Amino acid sequence: MTALLRAVIRRDLLLAWRRRSDIATVVLFFVIVVSIFPFGVGPEPDLLRTIGPGIIWVAALLACMLSLQQMFASDYTDGVLDQMLLAAAPLGLIVIARTFAHWLISGLPLVILSPLLAIQFDLPAELSPVLTLSLLLGTPVLTLIGAIGAALTLGLRGGGMLLALLVLPLYVPVLILGAGAVDAAAAGLGSEAHLLLLAAQLVLTGAFAPWAIAAGLRISAE
Amino acid sequence: MLETHDIEITRGNRRLFGELSLALTPGTLMLVTGSNGSGKTSLLRALCGLLAPSAGEIHWRGENIRVLREEYWKHLVYIGHHNALKGELTASENLAALCALSGLETRDEQRRLALAHFGLADREHLPAKVLSQGQRRRTALARLALTGKLPLWVLDEPLAALDHAAVISAQDIISRHLADGGMVIMTTHQDVRIPAPAVIELDFDRRARH
Repeated sequence: MTALLRAVIRRDLLLAWRRRSDIATVVLFFVIVVSIFPFGVGPEPDLLRTIGPGIIWVAALLACMLSLQQMFASDYTDGVLDQMLLAAAPLGLIVIARTFAHWLISGLPLVILSPLLAIQFDLPAELSPVLTLSLLLGTPVLTLIGAIGAALTLGLRGGGMLLALLVLPLYVPVLILGAGAVDAAAAGLGSEAHLLLLAAQLVLTGAFAPWAIAAGLRISAE
Repeated sequence: MLETHDIEITRGNRRLFGELSLALTPGTLMLVTGSNGSGKTSLLRALCGLLAPSAGEIHWRGENIRVLREEYWKHLVYIGHHNALKGELTASENLAALCALSGLETRDEQRRLALAHFGLADREHLPAKVLSQGQRRRTALARLALTGKLPLWVLDEPLAALDHAAVISAQDIISRHLADGGMVIMTTHQDVRIPAPAVIELDFDRRARH
């Protein structure tokens, strides 16, 4: 069983390495969206410091969603998804392995880049780790929730747009807590409460989303 | 081993077939024939458990496959219309990934021999996207050389797009599996000559006329 799950993760990472440009697209999208905001709102440092965490969070959220459309799409068209549905391990576990691999590819790079982008918004050095930590806890939740939408919209015409409509409202609590953690720390209130709630969300979605994704995939494959 | 009890399959609001009862015992080859759109692929997907029959039940060793799930799937190999190959992965990596999903760990050497059986001896390190249609089909079938331990093979048109030599290799491996007490369910448009201890022929066109 663990060998099977390891093989699933290894396959996904190998595929991602061979399709490096897909990862680069998501990461560059994140960097560019974050970088164009100062051009729009002007170089006022106080304003940038205030809106910075929110913008980085919204950009991470959009980048996550951009990457989700590809999560099951090619497996669906080339028949690999059928093989996963007929695997010797519970589909829920395979889905956990796949979402983890997907997060490593598309979520972790955003987390790693966030301190660098925070400098663009003149975020004080002590707030940068809070932002990174909030993204570290929040982006897996985005991947898990988004994967439910990706599984349900598989094979549908205009699935990409539908995915956005389905998933974005569900991202709101994560966004509020994530960006709120940095705001609370900036106001001197401490970010523990926000981060703990974010961690609770991660535990909850980690426990339930895989089974919802698995059910969605079975419906799409019928 | 594998039994269906009065299954009926409906796609959309079209009833493809109903009251189909079958029983497969070790060594049985089941040949499914019929014109395009007659329900061959749907039947195969239902027998795998990918598609729920609108009526009736499918049993494996006396238990419903919808209850057994992984316990059933670990005895099953399904090769569908699509080859389930990733263009960016090599033939060998593709085989490793597919066998891993069936719970089988394979060594490089085993995969090389499996590909060689289907005439792909020097192609194992090429990405699947540069292989021809026939070579991709052969790569997908090379999986059968590694999954002999799994008793039930469900093959959707395994012989389509294959040249003469590959058809012989495929028939050879299928007949060996049957002789070892395996079960094979396959659809085909060709005249198949595979020696088997027992053969069930299911012709959808003839069923429709009755």
